[in-house]
Amino acid sequence: MCLGIPGQIVSISDAEKKLAMVDVSGVQREINVACIMPEGGKVDDLIGAWALIHVGFAMSRIDEEEAAKTLEILMQLGEAQAEIEAMRDGKAAMEEAS
Amino acid sequence: MKYTDEFRDPAAAKAVLAEIERLVGVIGATADAPIYIMEICGGHTHAIFRYGLDKLTPTGLEFIHGPGCPVCVLPMSRVDECVELAERPDVIFTTFGDAMRVPGTRKSLLQAKADGCDIRMVYSPLDALELARRHPDREIVFFALGFETTTPSTALCVQQAAAEGLSNFSLFCNHITVPPPIKALLDDPHMKLDGFVGPGHVSMVIGLEPYEFIARDYQKPIVVAGFEPVDLLQSVLMVLQQIRDGRAEVENQYARIVPAAGNPVSIAACEDVYEPREKFEWRGLGEIDKSGLKIREKYAAFDAERKFGIGYSKGNRQTPEPEDCGCGDVMTGRIKPHQCPQFGKGCTPEQPLGALMVSSEGACAAYYQYGGIRPEVEPAA
Repeated sequence: MCLGIPGQIVSISDAEKKLAMVDVSGVQREINVACIMPEGGKVDDLIGAWALIHVGFAMSRIDEEEAAKTLEILMQLGEAQAEIEAMRDGKAAMEEAS
Repeated sequence: MKYTDEFRDPAAAKAVLAEIERLVGVIGATADAPIYIMEICGGHTHAIFRYGLDKLTPTGLEFIHGPGCPVCVLPMSRVDECVELAERPDVIFTTFGDAMRVPGTRKSLLQAKADGCDIRMVYSPLDALELARRHPDREIVFFALGFETTTPSTALCVQQAAAEGLSNFSLFCNHITVPPPIKALLDDPHMKLDGFVGPGHVSMVIGLEPYEFIARDYQKPIVVAGFEPVDLLQSVLMVLQQIRDGRAEVENQYARIVPAAGNPVSIAACEDVYEPREKFEWRGLGEIDKSGLKIREKYAAFDAERKFGIGYSKGNRQTPEPEDCGCGDVMTGRIKPHQCPQFGKGCTPEQPLGALMVSSEGACAAYYQYGGIRPEVEPAA
């Protein structure tokens, strides 16, 4: 939960709500990019950027090398797997019958 | 030094380790009179055990594992209140998966789910917000916990819910902040601390200023650190260099991620939505002044405490810890995890008694997983 995970922003899904699609090790989901909005507020400039993602929020832009290094450490700690599993669980939670 | 082979840069790690060893000697620390360095963040605790850094560093250096694992410091009474909320038929209770197995006095959230409560493990508070849009006839409560790294996510969700006029979304707010427990530990006369390894991702949000009091008022060094083994070792070395020089400063080893001023958007959102509680209970540490956050009056409609008439301020809800549970003593460094009478016996990662055994970021769980200490199977009587 606290360590987050690196991901690459692939598209903008809702510019007004500052939501974007991100790819984390092949798993895609929607995240909020309000905390890393570029100067001038052009959200499209984020496409292709790497970011550290915490519970669905991009918290810091990082470069690709840092992203790869961070992912490797998180894999060794078992945290990356847990994070990706949590993303899948999150999807399942939306579909559960209530 | 088998672990260093696995490091990204073993040569760098060995060089830093050699310098740590030399400095510990220069300072004159020994196994009997060691330097005590606290790593505050649970992620760092996990990494220290995973890479065996506690074994690679000299005996004159002791790591004290700090209170930086939000799941580990969650009081049982708060879990009880989660279960209370989840038992309401109109509620869909949403939570990070990490909180599911934390024991309450009655049951954990996992047990409550098995008993039929509508509890959903979500990845993000954004998922809870989406559930609120999809189920206008249900109350969606999100269990907001975590330090400053997760606080902006829930603050931004409350702002979004307000903007959309969602009336069925609320937070059960249990957010806590890093600096107050550090102050409490420094004020504890039993605590022996010579310096700190500061949290990386919390600092990415809040910046460096909130730690200034540690250097200024307590004359202790603190170095904000990354999560790679070499990051951690370098940070320890920087703390030792300060001790050798008689300096006490806030330094940033993780500048590639941590800007000195933090993240301004996050800070503004948290400031808008939250204010400090007068005090908040930490499992194992007791009540600490200004250490928890509550939702401001202007967002009262999104506060599950106000909405459902429960919460921290409602009477005395403090609950005693289970008998023989040593979490408090471990967290203040008085004992090592395996010295707790319940370690590996009444308390295991599968059946946690104390919270430090629940999360992989808890000192006891990390010790259990990597410490090489396993419970002896007792023959059946």
